[in-house]
Amino acid sequence: MRRKIAPYLLILPGGLWLVIFLVVPLVFMASVSTQEGDVVNGFVQTFHLANFTDALVEYKTQFLRSAGYGLAGTLLTIALAYPVAYWIAFKGGARKSTYLLLVLLPFFVSFVLRTVSWKFLLADDGILLQPLKDLGLVPAGFHVLQTTVAVVGGLTYNYLPFMILPIYVALERVDPRVVEASYDLYSTARDSFTKIVLPLSLPGVFAGVLMTFVPMTSDYVNASILGGPSNTMIGNIIQTEYLVNNDYPAGAALSFTLMAAMLIGIFVYAKALGTENVLEAAAR
Amino acid sequence: MTNTPRDLAFLRGLTQSRGRTGSPITRRDALRVAGLSAAALGLAACGVQGKKVAAPQASAAAGYWADKKKTGTLRFANWPLYIDKEGKKYPTLEKFTKDTGIKVTYQEAIQDNSTWFGKIQPQLSAGQDIGYDLMVMTNGIQLGRAIALGYLVQLDHSKLPNFAANAGARYKNPTFDPNNTYTVPWQSGLTGIAYNPKYIDGDVTSIKELWNPKYKGKVGMLLDSQEIANFGMFLLGIDPDKSVQADWEKAGVKLQEQRDAGIVRKYYENDYVDALVRGDIWICMAWSGDIYQQVAEGQDLKFVVPDEGGNIWTDNMCIPKTAQNPVDALAMMDFVYQPEVAATLAKYITYITPVPATQALVKAEADKASGDEKKSLELMASSPLIYPSEADMAKLRSYKTLTSAEEKVFEGIFQPITQG
Repeated sequence: MRRKIAPYLLILPGGLWLVIFLVVPLVFMASVSTQEGDVVNGFVQTFHLANFTDALVEYKTQFLRSAGYGLAGTLLTIALAYPVAYWIAFKGGARKSTYLLLVLLPFFVSFVLRTVSWKFLLADDGILLQPLKDLGLVPAGFHVLQTTVAVVGGLTYNYLPFMILPIYVALERVDPRVVEASYDLYSTARDSFTKIVLPLSLPGVFAGVLMTFVPMTSDYVNASILGGPSNTMIGNIIQTEYLVNNDYPAGAALSFTLMAAMLIGIFVYAKALGTENVLEAAAR
Repeated sequence: MTNTPRDLAFLRGLTQSRGRTGSPITRRDALRVAGLSAAALGLAACGVQGKKVAAPQASAAAGYWADKKKTGTLRFANWPLYIDKEGKKYPTLEKFTKDTGIKVTYQEAIQDNSTWFGKIQPQLSAGQDIGYDLMVMTNGIQLGRAIALGYLVQLDHSKLPNFAANAGARYKNPTFDPNNTYTVPWQSGLTGIAYNPKYIDGDVTSIKELWNPKYKGKVGMLLDSQEIANFGMFLLGIDPDKSVQADWEKAGVKLQEQRDAGIVRKYYENDYVDALVRGDIWICMAWSGDIYQQVAEGQDLKFVVPDEGGNIWTDNMCIPKTAQNPVDALAMMDFVYQPEVAATLAKYITYITPVPATQALVKAEADKASGDEKKSLELMASSPLIYPSEADMAKLRSYKTLTSAEEKVFEGIFQPITQG
């Protein structure tokens, strides 16, 4: 008898965890998202689906902007992370673990603090821009803070390690003998990379994209610290709805819409990249 | 027990579901049950939260206080840098402990009214202790909500003789809390214009300077809807106290123009001070105490209450209804209204103290002091930022008190401007 219930007992801790901290809040949020009312008079369940359409119509711009920033940030992190991961995996030699530690080092400082320190670096008359202005390389009114560049830059910087690590892991698994074999077969270095190393490392890129695009799109810290009036992201709106307006239904509807949009996006992306193979390889 | 195929299928159940043939419970079933129970929980949770309370009644207050006793401890939640501090000690709190025997746990737990309210609201609505007996909230939307929801204790004014004797007339009986039923002021402050004379020629006196295209991209505005709404109305010569929806819309148009013209660099929270000091912005909406502190530290900044008007707000002490030590909290409320205590606080905090008698105390102290100390005390006693003149006072307005319905309209007008 014990053997029969063993598998169920094994799933119990993890299952309960999922139910209590994921499923229940999600159901609760789904319920809130169709309620009407305000915090003083109370919220009543009326299955008011218009919360969703209202949210979409009113904050279309911020939704699209967030997706755009997430996409731009993700592409930038790939461009920056791939060479770094490649170098560590293939040229890192005995110091690999040191380099990986260096990649992770920024995590020892609070996320917010790192973002705030960008404000000092990029101040209008700060240590970076003032010399450029003195040299006449940029006009006197030039500024980086409170622009799209600053927000996307901040996102890229903050999420870079999440892209480096999975790509590194994928590249690390590439057997050097496979590459040697390609040379034996008269492959050029370029072909060897595009036809052997790159395809083998794609699962890492895929995992990296999941780990960066999703949090980047829903991020609100970078936009509120580095952004200006025209850089508001959907995360900022959700925060305002919850904390400032205490309009929980609107906030819940926005969160659900964001989640649904991202899930669909990720599934389309997984399909386009040949789904199963990539997912399996990423999970290996 | 014989191993029939049926048993095998059951054994396999969780790990290798293979359809339902013969198996009493499959993985799918288990998950489905879990899902259903969660859904049931969720539906049960529908349509709760929030209950408006009736108008305050004196008998309710008497009933509340009848069985409350002094416990000798107090948990105090306040904003950062909002009490005198020497190293790791708080002299005022130590004096309080010496005088009353009440030990204080003091936390700088409040950064922002909305986040604070968001944090305590679920606990208060469930009737749970929030971990504090005394907290400080600004007059505005969140304090209004806390009062409307019955989250605050009605004060026993018979235990607040110092407040009755020493609080300035203009700090008593505010519109947001008639008769100080639920709150007494901790400190007040002004919202005006701060600017950096290094970049701005001449004296700024008008609110129009915030709309001056000369300062394109160098103007900072505040993120709070109530703050910018009043400034938009001042620009148009509208008195916020008497404003109606049409006025808010007109103010919204002006603020939107200011934004669309690229004049506004950013809608700031407390971070405007750094931006102003660094030169990212040259002129901005600002809170008096912040600028006073910067000037005291040697920064060359100016603060003015514009001719058209400025905002005055009050941070208020209040007792959450789930407080464990309400009598001790009440003792603290009264303690800080002793003029000497209020003067100590005012010297450190540099916002506006609700105890006018402190001005004479600071002056007297300045006469006795010498050197830098004397200078800074004299500066303080004569500062219009700490003791605003009657002329300034006449120009100052509170945030408009809004009903829930008005609030939605109001935020609907101003939030899209700050969060486009």
